[in-house]
Formats: sequence, structure tokens, C-alpha cells
Amino acid sequence: MRFYDLIFLALSTLIRYPLRTIMLLVATSIGVMAVILLTAVGEGARDYITGEFRDMGTNLIIVIPGKNETSGGGSPVDLAGVTPRDLTIEDAISLRKIDGVKNIAPIVIGETSAQFNGLERNVPIIGSTQSFLSVRKWEMETGMFLPGSTLERSPPVCVIGKEVEKELFGGSNAIGQWLRLGDRRCRVTGIIGTEGRAVGIDVQKLVVVPVSLATALFNRPSLFRIAVEAENRLVGDQIIKDMKKILKKRHRGKEDFTVIRQDAVMASFDNIFNVLTMALGSIASISLFVAGILIMNVMLVAVSQRQSEIGLLKAIGAKNKQINQLFITEAILLSGSGAILGLILGHSITQVLKISFPTFNFLPPLWASYVSLIVALMSGVIFGLLPARRASKLDPVIALSGNK
Amino acid sequence: MIRIENLSRKFEVGNQIVRALDHIDLEITKGEYISIMGVSGSGKSTLLNILGLLDTPTKGDYILSGINTSEMNDDEMAHIRSTKIGFVFQSFHLIPRLTAAENIEMPMVLAGIKPKDRQEKVEIALSHVSLNDRSDHKPEQLSGGQRQRVAIARSIVMEPDVLLADEPTGNLDSTSGIEIVRLIEDLNKAGLTLIVVTHDRKLGNRSDRLIRLLDGKIINDNVK
Repeated sequence: MRFYDLIFLALSTLIRYPLRTIMLLVATSIGVMAVILLTAVGEGARDYITGEFRDMGTNLIIVIPGKNETSGGGSPVDLAGVTPRDLTIEDAISLRKIDGVKNIAPIVIGETSAQFNGLERNVPIIGSTQSFLSVRKWEMETGMFLPGSTLERSPPVCVIGKEVEKELFGGSNAIGQWLRLGDRRCRVTGIIGTEGRAVGIDVQKLVVVPVSLATALFNRPSLFRIAVEAENRLVGDQIIKDMKKILKKRHRGKEDFTVIRQDAVMASFDNIFNVLTMALGSIASISLFVAGILIMNVMLVAVSQRQSEIGLLKAIGAKNKQINQLFITEAILLSGSGAILGLILGHSITQVLKISFPTFNFLPPLWASYVSLIVALMSGVIFGLLPARRASKLDPVIALSGNK
Repeated sequence: MIRIENLSRKFEVGNQIVRALDHIDLEITKGEYISIMGVSGSGKSTLLNILGLLDTPTKGDYILSGINTSEMNDDEMAHIRSTKIGFVFQSFHLIPRLTAAENIEMPMVLAGIKPKDRQEKVEIALSHVSLNDRSDHKPEQLSGGQRQRVAIARSIVMEPDVLLADEPTGNLDSTSGIEIVRLIEDLNKAGLTLIVVTHDRKLGNRSDRLIRLLDGKIINDNVK
């Protein structure tokens, strides 16, 4: 039998029983659709989470004061070393000479009152350097970020979030105005355009000042952390090694600080969500197998309904193999077109969801389409085998004398 | 052309063994017109099924064109059915979702013949049964007589050696019945071996040779 004859014969059967065909198509397409939608949600969640991390900057190495480790049990000197030394601006400066370091942003965090023209409000303060902008991948709405080389000197300038601008300056132009922060004054040089959060603080409510101004403001030399941006991912390990060496030396041989690689955190999140998405996809695949079993059921009924036709085909020269092929082809056509229908439905619904929920990115992964198509076709073949075998093994005499 | 030697076919029905055919010997030469008659249960249908390779004997040999069919496997038998044997059934056995032409085409589709060659043969077969104007009608749009004519066209489209007809007029009124009988008799006159199973005496008496079966045995074999 020629291939197109096989397809034609199988199609003619599917068209002959439209209700049956539509039901099976719906069953299969729901399975495939479920795979697409669930993996789209999983992948979207992954994109959302890693996106949040990516906003903090890539190739980022962060130094945090203190270290979680068991110590003591020895001499009193060791016990004394438990209290961590703070990270200082000098520590940050010392890291500059490491090869492969692109930017260093020491970070100080605090809160103080901001006043302008009789209006007062408590604001979170971040003290840092110009590098902070590129490390965090922030964008300016208007004006300039902090000036360069503010690691040691502290010109009295500040950059404010949009909400601070709105609340304190109202409609008037904030840039160039003097804002009072605690007992200091600083000139507003720019407005931050970025929305979202940084180290848990709403960026729009924030005031950013040079790091030396912040330490003076809070009368405290310690840094919240030091963010170091590497030139690329490859040099990361070497930089961490150098950083540890330099800081250890500065801290009298004690490693009383923790170094975290941002991309390592991101990679593990990536992995977690990959597994999650795959798990969601597998759960949805179960419905594909349910659809397969449904196909098998209906095909088995079809075999007994079409006994006389099978008998006839045998009488006019059909080989067992051909009867087998005919039923398998029907099963594959059913599951295949059901899968394609499901792919179309799944992707259309994701598009609709994308429009309806613009903040969450529904991303059906490419592999989900392939895998669901293959699983659907496979279940068609596997669950078509039994009915096809039963049909081909029918005794033609009994089949012919069966229902007419 | 056909030689049957000491052939038996037993069925197990529950605990009982039914001898549908009991040690039969039969020889049929090319171009014969034979009627097989008998009451129901006499084994006439079983004999026809065995002649058509739809059923296999329990014992004995069936030699078709010099080949002993008892040594054939399923595929080889399917090939013989496809190329050497044509079937006409009482209930026509047309595939309802296919047109008359497509039904006639089926044996050639199964045999893997090219579509171009098939069309030509379908046309010829259709003109044999004078149904050229009904080629794209579905079976449900045809009368009983027309359906049987489609079935006959299908049975001869592969140019077989033997035409096996099982009560070909059983589901037809007398007028269309006569038409169908004339049609297959014409095919016989053109050289096709014709074997008709019937319990209709009038139809049985038209043949050149009448075989009567009773309880699986040939009780009468008359050549006129």
C-alpha cells in the first residue's frame, strides 16, 4: 500500500466518524495544551526570579562582613577573633588593584530624615560610588548620578528616587536644589529612573549619596557590603582568591568576611526552576498518556465495529501488516493532529495570558513543544498497537460474518 | 486448476466437534461455472471460504494452480486472494465512506498499484458493470443491484482466475437478481471460473455443474 493511500484511508475513517474524532482530538490537545501552559508558567517564574537577580548585576562578587563558621575551643586569642572586623572604605580601596576588577561599589545603608522647604520625610539612604550605577544596572531619569572618584572625598551631592522628588519637591525642579539630610546638606544632581527594589528597598523612595558622606552622616565607618564587578565571568574565581588574600591580610589574617558570587546564586536558582518546569511538564504529560489510553479505548471499539470491513479488506487481498498499518496510522493521525491543535491552543492562550498579565512573562519553552508533540505521537503509536494488532489478527471468516 | 484432496474442516463448538467438511475430493477446471448448493450447515460456505483462502482446512490439501496452499503463510495467502480470487458477497460489503470508484480501487490500493494505472482499470471495471455515471456515488446513494454491481466490478478489477460468489442475489429483488446473475455469467463466458454458493434452486440450476453438499459431504456432483 502506498503512503498517501494509507493516509487517505485513515483520514476517510476519521472524517466518517466526526464526533469520535473531535472528542479524541480534544482529549489529546488538552494534554499538549497543559504541557505548554504549565511549562510556560514554570519558565516564566524562572525568568521572573532570575531577572530579579540579574537586576542586581551580573559578574557580581559581593563581600559581606562576618562569617558563619564554628570557632573557638582553643586559646583566648581565638575566642577574641570571633567578633568580626567591619569592612571599611579602605578595604574597598584596597581591592582596586586586583586584575580583572571593573568596578567597586562600597555600600552603606541607613535611614535619616530628608528636608526641603519645610517638608520632611524619613528616607532610606544608600551610600556608594559612581560605580554603583553600572553595578546595579540602574538608569537615570534626569541629571547625573554621583560624580567619579568619590571613594575618599565626599562632595555634598545626592541622587533621589522619583517618589522622594514628588513628595519633597512637588512639581518644582529638584535638580540643583539643596536637600537637607540629617545634619548635612547635599545638592540634588539627578533623579533615578529605575523602578523596583534594591537590597529590599524601593528604589523610588531612596536617596543615594557618596559613600564618605554616608559614613559621616551615620557616624559609622563600617560598610554594609562591597560589590565588585568583574570584567567577565571567567576571571571571577581569580578575583575572589585575590580578594580573600588582600582582605585577610588587612584583617590580621582572619577571614572574617563572606564572599558570594552573584552568578553562582543565579545558577542555582536557574537549576531549581529548570527542575520545576520539567516537573510541571511531566505532570502535564500524564494527561497526554490519559489521552492515549482514551485513543486505545475508542480504537478497540472501532475494531469491533469495523469487523466486517476488516474482513472484507482481508478478502480482497490485505495483508495483516497492512491492516495493522491502517489502524496505527489512524492513531498517529489522531494523536498528531490533536497535538498540533494543542500546540496552537497552548501558544495562543499563552499570548492571551501575556497580554492579560503583562508583569509576568509566560514563556513556553521550545523543548515543551517538541517533547509534548513527541510524547503525543508516541502515545498514539503505543496505544494504537493493541487495537491494530487485534484488527490484523481477526479471522476474516468471522469478521465477514460479523456486523454488517 | 483447483484440486481438493481428502479435505476436512472441523470446528470446536463448546465441547462438540462439528465436521463442516468431511473428507471431500473435488476437481475444478478453468472456466467452469459451478453452483454449490445445500441446506444451511451443510458446509457450503465453509467450502467457499476455503476455496477463497479465507479459511484453512484442518486436514487435506487444497491445490490452486499447482500450488499446495497448506504450505502458505498469511501473507502468501493474502497475495493469492489479491491476484487470483475475486469475492462477491450477499451483503455486498462495500466500504460505506468510499465512493463506488474508490471501492473498486481498493484491491489495487492494497496491492500498491500506481494511481495512474488504477484509474484506467476502474474505468474499465465500471463500464463492465455499466455504472460509469455512478462512479462518485457513495454506497448509500446506490440501489441494491447497483451496489452488487460495484462489488462485482471490485472483484474483477485485479483480473482474477476465480470468482467466488456467496448468495450474490440473496439481498436483491428478482429483477436486479437476474441482472447480477447475467453479469457474472457473462464474465464466466469470457473465461473466468465462476463458483456460486446458493440455496436458490433456480440460480443453482443455471450452472453447468451442480454440487450438492449435506453434512459436510458431497452427495451429488452433476455436470450437465
